[in-house]
Amino acid sequence: MAAKSQICSVWLGSETGILKGVSLTKKQAFNFCEMSCMSRDQEVCVMAWGDPHESEVLVGSVNGTVKTFSTDKGIFTATRECGDPSQGRFTGLAVTDSSMITCVESGLLKVWKEGSTETAEVNVGNGVCRMQQNQSQRHRVATGGKENPLKVWDLERPDKPIFTAKNVAHDWLDMRVPVWVRDIGFIPDSDKIVTCTGHHQVCVYDPSTPQRRPVLEAQFGEYPLTALSLPASQGTVVVGNSHGELAILDLRKGLVCGCLKGLAGAVRGLQCHPSLPLVASCGLDRFLRVHSLEDRSLQHKVYLKSRLNCVLLSSRELESSNADVSGDVEEVKAEEEEDEVWDTMETVTEKSKKRAAQKDKATATGVDGEKKRKLIKKKVM
Amino acid sequence: VKLVKSDEAPVQEMEQAEGEETEKKSESGPCFPPTFSVSEIKNKQRRHSMFLKLKEEKRKQKLELKKKKKKERKALGDKAPPKEVPKTIENQRIYDETTVNPEDEEVAFDEGTDEFSAYFNRLTNPKVLITTSDRPRGRTVRFCEQLATVIPHAHVYYRRGLALKRVIPQCVSRGFTYLMVINEDRKVPNGLVLCHLPDGPTAHFKVSNVRLRKEMKRRGKDPTEHVPEVILNNFTTRLGHSIGRMFAALFPHDPQFVGRQVATFHNQRDFIFFRFHRYIFKNEKKVGIQELGPRFTLKLRSLQKGTFDSKFGEYEWVHKRHEMDSSRRKFHL
Repeated sequence: MAAKSQICSVWLGSETGILKGVSLTKKQAFNFCEMSCMSRDQEVCVMAWGDPHESEVLVGSVNGTVKTFSTDKGIFTATRECGDPSQGRFTGLAVTDSSMITCVESGLLKVWKEGSTETAEVNVGNGVCRMQQNQSQRHRVATGGKENPLKVWDLERPDKPIFTAKNVAHDWLDMRVPVWVRDIGFIPDSDKIVTCTGHHQVCVYDPSTPQRRPVLEAQFGEYPLTALSLPASQGTVVVGNSHGELAILDLRKGLVCGCLKGLAGAVRGLQCHPSLPLVASCGLDRFLRVHSLEDRSLQHKVYLKSRLNCVLLSSRELESSNADVSGDVEEVKAEEEEDEVWDTMETVTEKSKKRAAQKDKATATGVDGEKKRKLIKKKVM
Repeated sequence: VKLVKSDEAPVQEMEQAEGEETEKKSESGPCFPPTFSVSEIKNKQRRHSMFLKLKEEKRKQKLELKKKKKKERKALGDKAPPKEVPKTIENQRIYDETTVNPEDEEVAFDEGTDEFSAYFNRLTNPKVLITTSDRPRGRTVRFCEQLATVIPHAHVYYRRGLALKRVIPQCVSRGFTYLMVINEDRKVPNGLVLCHLPDGPTAHFKVSNVRLRKEMKRRGKDPTEHVPEVILNNFTTRLGHSIGRMFAALFPHDPQFVGRQVATFHNQRDFIFFRFHRYIFKNEKKVGIQELGPRFTLKLRSLQKGTFDSKFGEYEWVHKRHEMDSSRRKFHL
């Protein structure tokens, strides 16, 4: 079990409650579940890394429990009751230095401190769809949902949000544009936040400016956008919608750079690799697909028999890329050795080569000369 | 005959022009240079006749080959090699990785706890509401009536321009388990939306080749009220399983074998053929069947999780023509 979990580089949560680990290099998928885990109320809603070294995965289920899975040992190490199903499903899970943050659909955001049972609670409004943590400033959290605009909370001052977004201006019929924030992403190295909505819009907000309305608004497709992820390269965002269309959008202009093909069902989970140009997507069609962002081609496709809800990519993908890099290095060295071998041999027919080179030059100039004459003629004409 | 002669004349000219020495031995026709093809002749009539001659030759060769093989086979008798199986699209089908393995625990659990588990655990009985798109024409109306005789506990209601999202909660409160909407275009039914009611998946099909009862040749008398048996053929993949279960849940659990009626949903190359027959066993090995009831073909367009919500619902499978129909040997059901 430990060996299996140590080689897995992609972790997925399914609707049947099974945590699946996939090793892309070895092309194998493993199921990790407890003895009596297979039941629909153990359905995984959210997943997060338990620590920065990615040795623990926190799995939040529909029945309100958060389980900790250790990737080194390959077993679930701890379970924690964090709420009950009456408040709705988990919409966000995050970890700070010593505490865990959970958010449910009814709007109850709780901060669970290690060791003590007291929790700090914040009510972020009803109908929350997503809660996301700022990776660079871990005490800042953003929430949003259906008719619940984007709010950024600082957990040190939890009584009021630091930033509440304002809705866009009325549309061309002078009607209020409905709000439905489905997924949130923090742009690294800046204060900006990207959201994707159920009304097929992608909005970028900048809390550092006095403008509370979105700085950029882009539209994609006709179906609700369900997931969003920011790749390592700046300036783009990957979104997925409920029809299985994945698109890369440029955040400077708001245009679609390209679409990633292959998905047949709604995208439930999307994550970009922290350093490589790869994106993993999972959805209702029971497949995990890894696309490359540079040429938009499908790199890996794995059939996992249940519908998938969330995906986590570990930085461990570097294994496969390291192997390729070393392969390239070896080839380059081999070429250099061959060159040395050729250089040591005596070169014959140097004179004819020189003459041929001179001839080529002459013809080249001749050709160029003619071309120049033609150009001059044309200009005169 | 005249055409043939005029063919040979220009062909000889061509030969002379190319200056090749092609000897006319005892061959029937003129010799052509190896890079010659029938399409190079500019004259349509001559080209056509050359092509026909070519085809005739090929056909002769093929028949000769067949005869030879048959002779050899007869000569060898028992030692003959087994007959070669011809390649068909079905046996060249690309293996689908989502094909369900019957011993798979995870898939069994998934199916055991999905939206149809209430039906398969005998907790609910099916009750179907059949309706159409707004203002249906005669053909669609008659099709709905015939469907209602084929599916037990089915009720046909006139649509009255009502929104499906408002019809669905009312159906749920009145205990319906299925909502079937037949869409009509240009006086002919062409679409079917099948929505499993409490909160089940919605499948959207394209309907084609609808034959009503009076158009069917050599049909039997009208179907009786007995519950028919259901046959589901060739639903092998995970998606196929979901759709197959959807069809199975339309009919009550226990068929009445007294009625000797059977409804068949046969999947071949992603098309689902519906037939309704009455059978009779003449003796232990021979069965006679009469086709009753309507006949139609379905093709799955999308499977949406949740009740009918085409704008905001999440789709489990959507048919994308350019991505999925690129190979002739790949099927999804």
